[in-house]
Amino acid sequence: MKYGFRRTMAWAHGWAGLVVGWLLFAVFLTGTLSFYRQEITAWMRPEWRPGPAIERSLAADRAEARLKTIGRQANRWLIDLPDGRDRAAHLAVWRDPGQAPRFQREEFDPAADRPVDARRTYGGDFLYYFHFDLQMPSIWGRLLVGLAAVIMLALIVSGIVVHVRIFKDFFTFRPQKGGQRAWLDAHNAVGVMALPFHLMITYTGLVTLMFLYLPWGIDLAYRGDRAAFYAEAALAQSPPAPTGKAVPLVPLGPLVATAEAHWGLPAGRIDVYRPGDAAAVVRIHAADSSGLAHRRHQIAFDGTTGAILAVEDGRPAGIVRAVMYGLHLGRFAGPTLRLLYVVAGLAGTAMIATGLVLWLVKRRPRRQRLIEGLNVGAMAGLVIAIAAFFWANRLIPAERAGRDDLEAVVFFATWAVAAVHGACRPHLRAWTEQLGFAALLYGGLPVLNAATSGRHLGHSVAQGDWMLAGFDLAGLAIGLFLGWLSLRVARCSR
Amino acid sequence: MKALDIASRVGAAVVGGYALATAAALGATALPGTRAEAVQIGIMLGFLAYAAAMIWAFAARSAIRAWAGLIGPAAVLALIGWIGAS
Repeated sequence: MKYGFRRTMAWAHGWAGLVVGWLLFAVFLTGTLSFYRQEITAWMRPEWRPGPAIERSLAADRAEARLKTIGRQANRWLIDLPDGRDRAAHLAVWRDPGQAPRFQREEFDPAADRPVDARRTYGGDFLYYFHFDLQMPSIWGRLLVGLAAVIMLALIVSGIVVHVRIFKDFFTFRPQKGGQRAWLDAHNAVGVMALPFHLMITYTGLVTLMFLYLPWGIDLAYRGDRAAFYAEAALAQSPPAPTGKAVPLVPLGPLVATAEAHWGLPAGRIDVYRPGDAAAVVRIHAADSSGLAHRRHQIAFDGTTGAILAVEDGRPAGIVRAVMYGLHLGRFAGPTLRLLYVVAGLAGTAMIATGLVLWLVKRRPRRQRLIEGLNVGAMAGLVIAIAAFFWANRLIPAERAGRDDLEAVVFFATWAVAAVHGACRPHLRAWTEQLGFAALLYGGLPVLNAATSGRHLGHSVAQGDWMLAGFDLAGLAIGLFLGWLSLRVARCSR
Repeated sequence: MKALDIASRVGAAVVGGYALATAAALGATALPGTRAEAVQIGIMLGFLAYAAAMIWAFAARSAIRAWAGLIGPAAVLALIGWIGAS
């Protein structure tokens, strides 16, 4: 500690970055892919061709009819209405303790007025959930990711402190100098290029789970009654006590139309509490895609008469929170801005990756076998595992029971094998081989799609089906990039 | 740096930092306005306090100062929250 502030920060930046780098790489990569969650899901269910978009109020009526069949004795129904990117409605049902099942969900095709008829897969949701809960039981994954995110914030700040000539160096890239200088230039370039994004996405990520991470203020202000806080902040409601008196639920379609006319915005989510009971309440939220703030606007209706009970548009602090949340999800983004989100997310992923490599390069010629192995396994191994997940999706028979979980098993098993391979092979060989293998897997995705779905690239481009074509083309582009990377590493190791 | 010093600073960054974040969230409940608003402001500031605490834990001249610099403000903020609530 005798070298002053900047030296200390450099030291802490290096070690803290090493400790959380592998986890952050996984969070950034899978999180970035989650901006295309719906597109990934669409590719992973090629047999489902959604019908034409229909009126949201009609979709709501059909979802309501479906829930009356599958959701008896419920204390709450949830309907997520279709939007431009996801033509399925997502239905969920909760029941009181003692009733079975306590929770059930279904994907519903409102245009066809029947459940989505496709293979069982987690689709893009798998990567989305992995990026914050790591598929760990209970809340452990979320806590781990949260701690890593706070460290990431501190890493970004310390990185700025360490990086003296932040503006001048931005225009500096000296790959020909090789070694440490080149890796540092790369780390700085991708770090600074999207610096506001890195800060935003890390901080807003914490905000999405803020009531899990720091609930103690709620406990103090509400004397431990968290449900009261959620209700007061219009974040979540507890179902009202049932009266036991059966009264038919008001048709949802007209309520959707009323809410949309009130806001001038599309509706996105319908919450129905105590459907079919005299105490029923319907809450309609504006769509996530309709604005920056996530679930800011909501209207509560009496579930038996359709009368408006409350109109909630948020208060300042709640709106700030909602905007942070919305910024993180990026659901307001159109195609161009969405692509920008992904490019910035990939820059963040590359910043973490180059940082991890730089840690090793700095310590040359001393070898760090453990870190070398972990670098390959955590980074190239994950890239391979994601591709293997896509391959499993098409190679596991569509009718096989439990196939969705099997896809997840393939993901983790492939990752484990890659990690062992990365630890056993000579370091640069391991990189070359894994990047090369990954290049084949990604580059082969359009071929796999053509062979297993009949909706090949020529077909989807001709049809203007850019959701499917985009996935295939992205696979090709990623394959080419990884192949180039593999050849570069191979040249270094010679 | 000595191992014990580093371990102590890591503890200050992770545990002391969380204590400061918690205290910020508690202290903010004494803010004027509705309690639902105050609670949300407190948590959002708490994360910033946590990240700042992590920087401080390694920037402070000694591990003792690192801890003191976190526990002191945390105690004050928690006290403010406690007085505000009672």
